[in-house]
Amino acid sequence: MKLSQLEVGETGIVKEFTDLEMSVKLMEMGCLPGEEVRISRIAPLGDPIAINVSGYQLSLRRFEASTIILQ
Amino acid sequence: MKTNIRVALVGNPNTGKSTLFNILTGLNQKIGNFPGVTVDKKTGFCTLPDGRMAEIIDLPGTYSIYPKSKDESIVFSVLADKSKGMVPDLVVVILDASNLKRNLLLYTQVADLKIPVVVALNMVDVSDKAGIKINIDLFAQKLGVPVVPISARKNTGIDKLKSTIAFANSVPLQQDTIDIESIAPGIIAQIKGEMQVENPYIALQLAHQHETLSYLSAAESDRIEQLEQEHSFHSQKAQATETIARYNFINDLLYDTVKKAETAHDETISNKIDKILTHKVFGFVIFFAILLFIFQAIFSWSAYPMSLIEDLFIWLQAGAAKILPAGPLSSLIIDGVLAGLSGVLVFIPQIAILFALISILEDTGYMSRVTFMMDKVMRKVGLNGKSVVPLIGGFACAVPSIMSTRTIENWKDRMITIMVTPLVACSARLPVYTLLIALVVPNRNVWWVFNLQGLALTAMYVLSIFSAVIVAFVMKFILKARERGYFIMELPVYRMPRWKNVIFTMYDRSKTFVLQAGKVIIAVSVILWVMKSYGPGDRFAQIDKQYAQPQYTKTMTPDSLTKVIASEKLENSYAGVFGHVIEPVIKPLGFDWKIGIALISSFAAREVFVGTMATIYSVEGDADKMQSVQQKMHEAKNPQTGGPVFTLAVAFSLMMFYAFAMQCASTVAVVYRETKDWRWPAAQFAYMTALAYTASFIVYHWLK
Repeated sequence: MKLSQLEVGETGIVKEFTDLEMSVKLMEMGCLPGEEVRISRIAPLGDPIAINVSGYQLSLRRFEASTIILQ
Repeated sequence: MKTNIRVALVGNPNTGKSTLFNILTGLNQKIGNFPGVTVDKKTGFCTLPDGRMAEIIDLPGTYSIYPKSKDESIVFSVLADKSKGMVPDLVVVILDASNLKRNLLLYTQVADLKIPVVVALNMVDVSDKAGIKINIDLFAQKLGVPVVPISARKNTGIDKLKSTIAFANSVPLQQDTIDIESIAPGIIAQIKGEMQVENPYIALQLAHQHETLSYLSAAESDRIEQLEQEHSFHSQKAQATETIARYNFINDLLYDTVKKAETAHDETISNKIDKILTHKVFGFVIFFAILLFIFQAIFSWSAYPMSLIEDLFIWLQAGAAKILPAGPLSSLIIDGVLAGLSGVLVFIPQIAILFALISILEDTGYMSRVTFMMDKVMRKVGLNGKSVVPLIGGFACAVPSIMSTRTIENWKDRMITIMVTPLVACSARLPVYTLLIALVVPNRNVWWVFNLQGLALTAMYVLSIFSAVIVAFVMKFILKARERGYFIMELPVYRMPRWKNVIFTMYDRSKTFVLQAGKVIIAVSVILWVMKSYGPGDRFAQIDKQYAQPQYTKTMTPDSLTKVIASEKLENSYAGVFGHVIEPVIKPLGFDWKIGIALISSFAAREVFVGTMATIYSVEGDADKMQSVQQKMHEAKNPQTGGPVFTLAVAFSLMMFYAFAMQCASTVAVVYRETKDWRWPAAQFAYMTALAYTASFIVYHWLK
């Protein structure tokens, strides 16, 4: 299951990444394996999305969310 | 100022770092440049409780020591480059207590550089309210550094922080966070040995960042590249390993020292605000309402201070004319320097208002929501959600707007934003448009409500945004991306704006504008003054001689005689000669040599057009009176057709030219400063001129 497949309000736990370059940037921002993520909202035009992770709100594009595999 | 200790402030964005900097240094700060790079270096001074003076350096906010943008790359350089003596004696790492986990990543990286560290734990009041209990003593003990709880907004804990800075150890005492050598043992050992680097983390960072570090020599960088090959060092893999290790350390630390109240997840206020501000419908409605408000504010609030500044300069010019003896020197001061200065300073009200509003939007956290909402649209045309700010800023002035593109991490997006921002109808175009529209568009209403002149002006503004978007779209296919674009961005919690910050930003931006644009505009003004005041051969002497004859001195009033002479001289000056030279080129656009002179002199600043027109048509009385210029231009006859010079076709062709052409020396200068490569401003100048010529040509022949 990818993060991009979740709906608003749903949660998941990060398992791994499919893209090394993106994973480095995401992990720096506290979005790393073992962390719980929750979709908090979706931008009016459907992209990007905002997630709650590590105690704050992070926005990322759908494509970037699709590189995050959930447990 | 003599300083005893150098302190660097480091922290994540949105942690209150600049608020703390302002509190520590007060108004006692200055903005310079870091050597070799165009990143603003904010420094200030602070008196410590023991009487010593501390120099405080505010480093750009960053989430990590691995840079994602130009600004961020300076952080590691300052902390590690021992050669320039910039390395601080002490680093104050500011952490947001309500968001400790992510904030601590940067702390662990900085701590491992082994510079003495003090932690300022900011927003403890916010975290208290959220039910986060931090055992500060244990926290400090585990890190091995002093930890001072503060609230920069409420101005608490600052004295304690100052005394902690004063009495901080001069040797680093922090605990090791992770085992760095194990990440890449071979290459770290070799860099340490070969480059006389003692610290393993600095050695590791050299391996990661050697390509972008300006303080390494080419030979050193090549050597590191070679070592990377030998040890098959993979930068991203090493960084991933390091980041995971650091978060393991952080999770252990937080597990022992922080207790979160297990309350049910209350819906936060921030979330409620987000529901409205990023709503599918209301989100955009509110955004456009705010845009409209900014737009209104830029123009209506600035009208009074702008006319005050203009009046002040008219008064100064008149005063100088009385005091100084007539001659080239007084003319240089009055028509060259003072006129140029007035052209710069008159924009300060608009720039100050625009940046005050932008900084309120940024401070409250709304700007990142705009970016969030607009990213999809902007990406389609080759821009980035973050390009919205510079493009809005472009309505006031392209110079500070181009400077504000530094927040765009992606190189390609940033370049396209820089390239199209000058197309947005800046305020210097406004007087040109107003004059020309008033000349050819009738002042009457259509459909009872819309004023025709107002509609024409609105059309020019809409056109500017459209052209910026279209050019961006084209450039998306021309420019090659250097790196993959991404959009991983924090959406900070909504906060009240900090009014002191707003005032600082206003002051800051206006100052940068005056210093950046001012130099260029005054230089160009002086050059243009020379071109307008001197002519080839003895043409000027001839004119003086001709008008000294009795048939002129007897029949004309002295005032109108001076005007006629001035006009005649302008025609025969270098500028006039140049206007004649370019006439064949601009003729297809419907312009004569007089307009040619105006185009040339507009290069200093577009609004100079009005003043030049006044001189060319030797306007009687007050040359700054728009109406008299308009009257003269209205009466101007085309010698060939006998009809008016400024027909609808000519006026609109001219407006098209001003809409697209890069007639702004300060923008050229600032684009060079931001890109560090003359090819960018050159390409920009070329494409904008081509666009201007084509648009004018089409419009002239269509309306003729």
